[in-house]
Amino acid sequence: MRKGAVAFWRVALGLGLLGIWEAAVAFGALDPFFVSRPRDIAGRLWQWVSTGFIWTHLAITLQESILGLVIGAILGTVTGFALARAKKAAQIVEPYVMMLNAVPRVLLAPLFLLWFGLGIWSKVALSVTLVFFVMFFNAYQGVRNADPVLIANVRMLGATERQLVRHVLVPSALVWIFSSLQASLGFAMIGAVVGEYLGATRGLGYVISQAEGTFDTTGVFSGMVLLSLVVVVISSVVARAEAWLLRWKK
Amino acid sequence: MIALEFDRVSRDFSAPSGKPYRVLEELSFSIPAGAFVAIVGPSGCGKSTLLNLAAGLLAPTSGSVRIDGAALAGLNQQATYMFQQDSLLPWKNVRDNVTLGPILGGVPAREARQNADSWLTRVGLTGFESHYPAQLSGGMKKRVAMAQNWILGRSQMLMDEPFSALDVHTRQQMESELLALWDADARARRTVVFVTHDLHEAIALADEVIVLSAGPASRIVARETVNLSRPRALVDVQLSPQFADLYRRLWSVLREEVLRSQRPMPQHA
Repeated sequence: MRKGAVAFWRVALGLGLLGIWEAAVAFGALDPFFVSRPRDIAGRLWQWVSTGFIWTHLAITLQESILGLVIGAILGTVTGFALARAKKAAQIVEPYVMMLNAVPRVLLAPLFLLWFGLGIWSKVALSVTLVFFVMFFNAYQGVRNADPVLIANVRMLGATERQLVRHVLVPSALVWIFSSLQASLGFAMIGAVVGEYLGATRGLGYVISQAEGTFDTTGVFSGMVLLSLVVVVISSVVARAEAWLLRWKK
Repeated sequence: MIALEFDRVSRDFSAPSGKPYRVLEELSFSIPAGAFVAIVGPSGCGKSTLLNLAAGLLAPTSGSVRIDGAALAGLNQQATYMFQQDSLLPWKNVRDNVTLGPILGGVPAREARQNADSWLTRVGLTGFESHYPAQLSGGMKKRVAMAQNWILGRSQMLMDEPFSALDVHTRQQMESELLALWDADARARRTVVFVTHDLHEAIALADEVIVLSAGPASRIVARETVNLSRPRALVDVQLSPQFADLYRRLWSVLREEVLRSQRPMPQHA
C-alpha cells in the first residue's frame, strides 16, 4: 500500500472505533459512568491543555522516564558488557541475575518510596529497575554473539584487545541495544507512571490516581490517552534515530 | 629462504563426547618465500585448521610452526588472512574497512585514507568508498577484503577458500585479479597459502599443490610442482597439455580421498 493510503486507513480505523464508542454511549448500550465517552475525553484533554494544568505533570513524568532510561541504559550496558567479557564471573552471578529479574517491580515501588521519598527519585529508581534488565540482556547477547569471523579478521589485521572491543564488540552490541531502545522507552514510562500512581504529588500517574479516587472515569481515560499519545510521539522519534544509527544494515 | 614451516604439527579437537579428535597428524612441510602454494583436500580434512595454525589463531597440540625461521607464538604478524565468509565490518563503509589495518597499526588517518583510495582504484572500486558492505555484491566484497589485506604489505597471505561462495564467472575474474596483484610486485612476491577444494583452481593459480588426505588425522598424500609459465592467462591455461597431465595425476590421488571422506558414517539405530 502507498503511504497515503496507509495514513488514510489508519485515521479511518481510529475514527470508526471512536464513533462506535460514542454511539454505544449515546444509545445507552454503555454507561458513561464506567467507560466515559470520546467527546468528554476530548473536552477534558482540551481543558487540561488550555488551562496549562497538565504541563507540570507531563514534564515531571517525562523527566522521570528519561532519567530512568538514561541511568538504566548506562548501568545495563556497562554491566552486560563486563559480564560478557568475564565468562567465569558471568557463570557465578547468572542465577542471581535471573532472581533479580524475576522480582515483580510493582512490589519494589513502596520500598523505593520509603528509601527515596515521594519526589522523582523513587520513580526514576523504578524505571531503572525495568530498563536495566532489557539493556543488560541485549548488551550481553550483543557481545556474546559478535561474529567470530569478524573478531578473527580484526585480530589478524593487528588489533589489540582494546581495539577489538572498540571496533567489533561495542558496535555489535550497539546493534542489539539500539534495537531494544523502543522497548526500553516503554518500560521507562511504565516505571515512572506506576511509581507516581502508587505515591506522588505530581505526574501523569498521580493525575490518573486522583481521578480514580473520585470515580472520575473521564479523567482516568484522558490520562491514559495522553500517555499513549506521548509514547507514540517519542517512539517515532526513537525509530528515526534507530534507522539512522543502523543505516549500514540495508 | 623458508617463509612458513610446519614441523610434525598435530592438532586435536575435543569431540562432543569429550574424547579428543585428531584433525591433523604429524604434518611437516615448508614453503619458500614468494611461493604460491595451494592446499587441496576433501571436505573436513582440516584445511582450514592448517591455515588457522599458520595464522596463529590456533596453537598446535604438538609440533611447531615456524615463520621466517622463528617459532610462532601468538598471532602470525607477517600474515594476513582472507576468509571464506564475509569478514568486512558491516558498520564501516568501504574506505573505513580498508583503512582499518593501517589505523590499528597507528598510521595517521590522512595517510591511511590516501593509501586506501589508491588500493580501491587497483581493485576497481573507485566511487564505492562510502558504500556499506551490505550494499555491495559478493565479488565487490571480496575486492574490498583483498584491498583490506594487501594494503598492509605483509609478506604472507593466507587464504581460506576465499572465492568459493561466488558464482563461476565472478570467481574466475577474482582469481585473475588475485594473480595480477600477486604478479605486480614481482621483485618481492608475497608468499601465498591458498586453501581450496577445487583442484582446477589450485593448479591454475599455484606454483605447487599439496593434497591432504581425508580426515580424521589428515596427512600429506601428494605434492606436485606446477610448471606452467607466468604470468598466466587463466582462461587459456586450463587448455594446455601440461595442465591436463598434472590434473590427471593429482586427481587420481585426490579422488581416493574424496571417496574415502564420503563413505557413509556407521548408522545409529
